[in-house]
Amino acid sequence: MEGATIAPSLLEGGNVVGSLKQARTAFVTAPVGRLMSLLLLLLVIYVIFVLLTKIFDRGGGYFLQILTFGVANGAIYALVALGYTMVYGIIELINFAHGDLFTLGGFISLFLLPFVGADESKAGTAAIILPLIIVFLATMAICGAINVTIERVAYRPLRHAPRVAPLITAIGMSFILEGLMFLWKGPFNLHYPNLLPAASFTLGEATIHVKDIFVIVIAVILMIVLTLFVGRSTLGRAMRATAQDQDATELMGIDINRTIAATFFIGAVLAGAGGTIFGLYYNTVVFDLGFSAGLFAFTAAVFGGIGNIQGAALGGLLIGIIIAFSDGYFESAWTQVVIFAILILVLVFRPTGLLGMRVPEK
Amino acid sequence: MRSIRSTWEHDPRKNPNEMVYILLGIGALAFPIGVQIATRGGGSFLISQAADAGVYVLLAVGLNVVVGFAGLLDLGYAAFFAIGAYTYAFVASDHAEFTPLHQAIHIPFWIALLVGMFCAAGAGAILGAPTLRLRGDYLAIVTLGFGEIVPRLFRNLNEWTSGVNGISALDTPVLPIWLNGPWSGDALALVPNFKIIDPMAYYVIMVILVAICVVLVNNLRRSRLGRAWMAVREDEVAAAAMGVNTVGIKLLAFSIGAAFSGFAGTFYGAKLSLVSPENFGFTVSITILIMVVLGGMGNIPGVIVGSLLIYYVIFNVLPGLPQMAADFANSIGAPGLNSPSGDYPGLSGEVQRLKFLIFGLILVLTMLLRPQGLIPSRQREQELQKGVHEDTTIVDVNAETT
Repeated sequence: MEGATIAPSLLEGGNVVGSLKQARTAFVTAPVGRLMSLLLLLLVIYVIFVLLTKIFDRGGGYFLQILTFGVANGAIYALVALGYTMVYGIIELINFAHGDLFTLGGFISLFLLPFVGADESKAGTAAIILPLIIVFLATMAICGAINVTIERVAYRPLRHAPRVAPLITAIGMSFILEGLMFLWKGPFNLHYPNLLPAASFTLGEATIHVKDIFVIVIAVILMIVLTLFVGRSTLGRAMRATAQDQDATELMGIDINRTIAATFFIGAVLAGAGGTIFGLYYNTVVFDLGFSAGLFAFTAAVFGGIGNIQGAALGGLLIGIIIAFSDGYFESAWTQVVIFAILILVLVFRPTGLLGMRVPEK
Repeated sequence: MRSIRSTWEHDPRKNPNEMVYILLGIGALAFPIGVQIATRGGGSFLISQAADAGVYVLLAVGLNVVVGFAGLLDLGYAAFFAIGAYTYAFVASDHAEFTPLHQAIHIPFWIALLVGMFCAAGAGAILGAPTLRLRGDYLAIVTLGFGEIVPRLFRNLNEWTSGVNGISALDTPVLPIWLNGPWSGDALALVPNFKIIDPMAYYVIMVILVAICVVLVNNLRRSRLGRAWMAVREDEVAAAAMGVNTVGIKLLAFSIGAAFSGFAGTFYGAKLSLVSPENFGFTVSITILIMVVLGGMGNIPGVIVGSLLIYYVIFNVLPGLPQMAADFANSIGAPGLNSPSGDYPGLSGEVQRLKFLIFGLILVLTMLLRPQGLIPSRQREQELQKGVHEDTTIVDVNAETT
């Protein structure tokens, strides 16, 4: 990475920009960068050390419990991160509105639940399974349709505009979705019916809830379906082709617009499912949930390597676990600082993420 | 064709920028007089608000250097604003006595302005040095993360910043000399060591500061550095090939933008005499970005008009809207609309909830209908009309050489 800072200065021939001469920049940026990376490395080692001592002090049962919670949380983040990563992979847009689609999934399913007769009296019984499946499918379809509409209205007209333009409309769409949910339900924490079985079992010293298992299982199923779809189906192949080279794909007779719309649809389907799972798991939704959840999920996508589907799943899992550890072993006030610091560090030191970027740079 | 273009460019009547500057100058002079006459001397609230609007003008002009000139999307601009304000709070109040320093610091306002500016610029340089090599939208995310971290740091570092409560009772700026007169309701007299409490004084200082900054930024834009910024914005690869040190140039843009933000933050802290971590969130960053985008990215008069317009809408029209809506419902004989029931909070409550939606609509509609902004810069307009702006990713070139 450090070599990269020196390279452009070698290109500099004449005295183009007055005071900023090549030697000076190379001197300023490279050692500062190295010094900072060293300091940050020491900081990370220190944090890990403190964490390990704390884990050791609190014992194995607590650790296992935090870990389960983190994995369940991470499964939800992974679902949302998949949408970010797919959209970024195909049109290189950071879809800021995606986090709000996740919240919208929670809102829509909350709205739909009474219509299929799912109320808390049936919680945990077999009678709840069919209504839940219906609500899941309907929410996913509605979210998908909304996202396709958003893409059509706000992103497609700007596909050839400077990159900043669609990014700003994405932020705008995020505000619009939040504004609509705000208008709809107001600024309150809404109660989401508790429909999952409250049963739990003990594993060693830890208590594991059936809820946790439910969340993880649903997320894993959805991710397997997605991987199969992108890897095996014709549309999935079209998506991968579009991500690699839009012009060439179009020459092969593939409808780019349809493929991109399908990507947005699938991303929103996963976000809608994520929102529903979030509601069922936490029993609460609020209109601006998507802002921080979306940023966490985006961090997860970047962490795993944006554009990479397996990366998003892995990143989501890790971010969920990190959040759980930060909440459980340190103060929760610092959790967001930790996550955003990780985001910045990953982008600075390994912009391709853990598993690497599958997107060819255009 | 060429001759038509050149007459267009050199005929001042055809140059909207000069017209806007003249109108803004006249407006700045006429505003306090007009307000005082219209409200019979009771317009100090409006004048104070106008001085606050000046803070946002400074912020927008500064962000314009980053986003408009150099083409770097900064989504955490409020962080530098916060750094400026907190710097002032720290160096110009009794607060430092209650921190582990145990020693109150009182630096005069005018020096504190520079201190705040340099602290923010330093923070910008520290953040920028490792991150400016990243491709455009990654940089946006890094700045967003930074913008989220900074207010949280100020909130969490209780010992140093007194946490959620913020820091209050900051020093009042002092002018060495001030002219009292009928405009402040006094007799004509020169006052030494004048404490700035009067909104009118803030307004005058704000106008002068904004004018200085606008001249400064205009000169920057026309300088070699300014041309290098635009070259980098248009095509980083080409700019690098022409010998522009892209990383250094971007770092300068970033730090200069941050300096403006810190400067504005110091003024803001001094005027409010209070800083709190809640005042510097993502919505502030987005508000400033909306001002720049709506006004016309890269064009200073456009950005000033945009910021005044947005400030007026957000801080003057929107807060008054719920009452207006309630009155409207009463006047059309439907007071039932005002009574809350269930999820429905009544018409005024409903209108109060519109803020997010309006924010979003402004952003999306501006980008779709008038992406060049209200008063666009000519270059940017052409760039957008052609619609064939290639992706610019200098990072790739660098990456290949490693």
